[in-house]
Amino acid sequence: MSLALTIGLLIGAGVFLVLQRGMIRIVLGFVLLTHGVNLLLIAAGGTARRTPPFDGVDPAVAADPLPQAFVLTAIVIAFAITVVMATFAVVGHRDDDTESETDADSGTDVDTHTDAMTAVRRPTGEER
Amino acid sequence: MTAIVELLLPLVVGIPLLIGGALFAMPSQHRLRQTIGAVTLGALAAAGVTLVVLTADGSVLTHQIGIWPIGIAIPFAVDLFSALLLTVTAVITLIGAQYLIAAGQGREASSIPLLLVLAGGVSGALLTADLFNLFVFVEVMLLPSYGLLLVLSRRGSVAGARLFVTVNLLASTLFLAGVGLVYAVTGTVNLGELAGAADDPAVALAAAVMLAGIAVKAAVFPVHGWLARTYTSATPAITAIFSAVHTKAAVYVIYRVYAVMFEGAETWQPVLLAIAAVTAVVGAAAALGEGSMRSLLVFQMVSGIGVILLGVALFTPLALTAAIAYMIHHMLSKASLFLTVGAIEETYGTGEIRQLGGLRTREPLITAAFVVGALSLVGLPPFSGFVAKVAVVLGAAEAGQVIVVLTVLAVSALALVAVLLIWAGVFNGKRHDEVEQRAAAARIRRRRGLLDDDPIDGAELQAEVDEALERHQPPRGSQGEDPHDHRGTRIPVALALPAVQLAVLVVALGIGGELLLSLSATAAAGLIDITAYVEAVMSE
Repeated sequence: MSLALTIGLLIGAGVFLVLQRGMIRIVLGFVLLTHGVNLLLIAAGGTARRTPPFDGVDPAVAADPLPQAFVLTAIVIAFAITVVMATFAVVGHRDDDTESETDADSGTDVDTHTDAMTAVRRPTGEER
Repeated sequence: MTAIVELLLPLVVGIPLLIGGALFAMPSQHRLRQTIGAVTLGALAAAGVTLVVLTADGSVLTHQIGIWPIGIAIPFAVDLFSALLLTVTAVITLIGAQYLIAAGQGREASSIPLLLVLAGGVSGALLTADLFNLFVFVEVMLLPSYGLLLVLSRRGSVAGARLFVTVNLLASTLFLAGVGLVYAVTGTVNLGELAGAADDPAVALAAAVMLAGIAVKAAVFPVHGWLARTYTSATPAITAIFSAVHTKAAVYVIYRVYAVMFEGAETWQPVLLAIAAVTAVVGAAAALGEGSMRSLLVFQMVSGIGVILLGVALFTPLALTAAIAYMIHHMLSKASLFLTVGAIEETYGTGEIRQLGGLRTREPLITAAFVVGALSLVGLPPFSGFVAKVAVVLGAAEAGQVIVVLTVLAVSALALVAVLLIWAGVFNGKRHDEVEQRAAAARIRRRRGLLDDDPIDGAELQAEVDEALERHQPPRGSQGEDPHDHRGTRIPVALALPAVQLAVLVVALGIGGELLLSLSATAAAGLIDITAYVEAVMSE
């Protein structure tokens, strides 16, 4: 039960943060989300049997090693992607559309935000 | 032969990954890196063709990784469906790499290595018969994609890449949660052991969470909005390759999971049909409102995904055959079109329909490629689209779904309007006044490695314009205000060639429609009767 509550709390907080403005908040949100899902994977294997699953241990009490392997893999992947996302948080400040126009700290004026949807190209040097 | 190929099956995944990794170590040897990359992708395509030949009789090749007991070992299984997709994705990645090299983006130290890692990830996702392993390979596909979007972004902009990461990570997380839930209720993630497991509502619910995650990646309505914003933020070759690998790999997963776990259960047919039909219509309608060629085509792609998903919704032999043929046609036609408009965008410095014009008389090669791709997309003979679309309509009619038939026809009409918009704006009419300035600016930026919003010196620009006008003398009799003035910028043949090659494939598949349909029919039979697949996955 406490595991279920923890998963719910982590995923709820993660979703809340992902919906916030600012890339750093989104990155932190994803960190919480992946923690929640990792706990879900552990819960999928059952938490009642906890003896290390070595050779010779009674299978009735041995922990299920497969979800643990899943979680290890998932942690590694999540770590790599967190690093990538953290990079996205620090590069390209001038077109960070996760920031609102007022709290973008780079001082870029709103007009220069490119809109990828319509792929409007910026005026060339001469036109400007 | 079969035994050896089965033994070597993991290499289809491993070799591109290994070579891709090794190529990161040669950041300065451009020619060598590009050659090795192209050869590897060529070998991957050859491996795909070999697998198609070996599985064309409906057999399934498998390899169990390691000497683990069956059910615990990670199985790699390839049937005709995955072999066909593997081949098509490898061919498109190869031609996309050719375009990257022709456009000079292959010189970017990490572009070709990332492409190889992407190709390895796609092969893995198509070959694996283990849900968690599938998640891993989807991530292996995504990580190089983030990199590609970043290093090859057109405006020096990371907004598109940022959105791509966020959306795909959320989708992956949902998918992983689904896999966890499937494991919780069944105790396995091996597709062979999960055959028919979704008869149990709990398993069906867990699998639905998984499918919801993958549907985001496939850009199914209502979660398709991210596609146009992200795919257009990188260079055209990336759009072409992503459209062939990312969304289609996700569609493959939907097909595979629905065929194996749900065994095509009719319970869900109305839901799936509605989603597929709405996706088809919404994509086609949204395309009409787009101002740039690439985002228009991206929305057309959403529409195509809807049509492809009609097959899995109907789940009759004919509908599945049609859907698989349509998928192959769609991947090739779309990639051809993306590379066509990419060559235009690369040369003329803009993809806006309003800022171009009159290419019909200037660019015979690219016009031919566009006409082939566009008519194939609409579904006219003798191109692959005709064969595929007729099959889709027949499949829906045979299943008695009149509304679906009407939807497909309406979507085709909208596709016609969409490609006519491009034709009228870009190929017909007069040249835009500022076309030379824009093209010159694009050339200068490319030469000096500037980003799209870096300013350019006015005098340098004018010199570049004059030089281009100098180089291509007008033919006799055309002067001054003549709209058919032939002076100035032209698309280099090397840049147009990738699109033309794919257009040739599209024509070949249209004329050889019999082969396409018979292969698709075998692949469809393998999805309907999963005994062979399950037996292969569960055997040594």
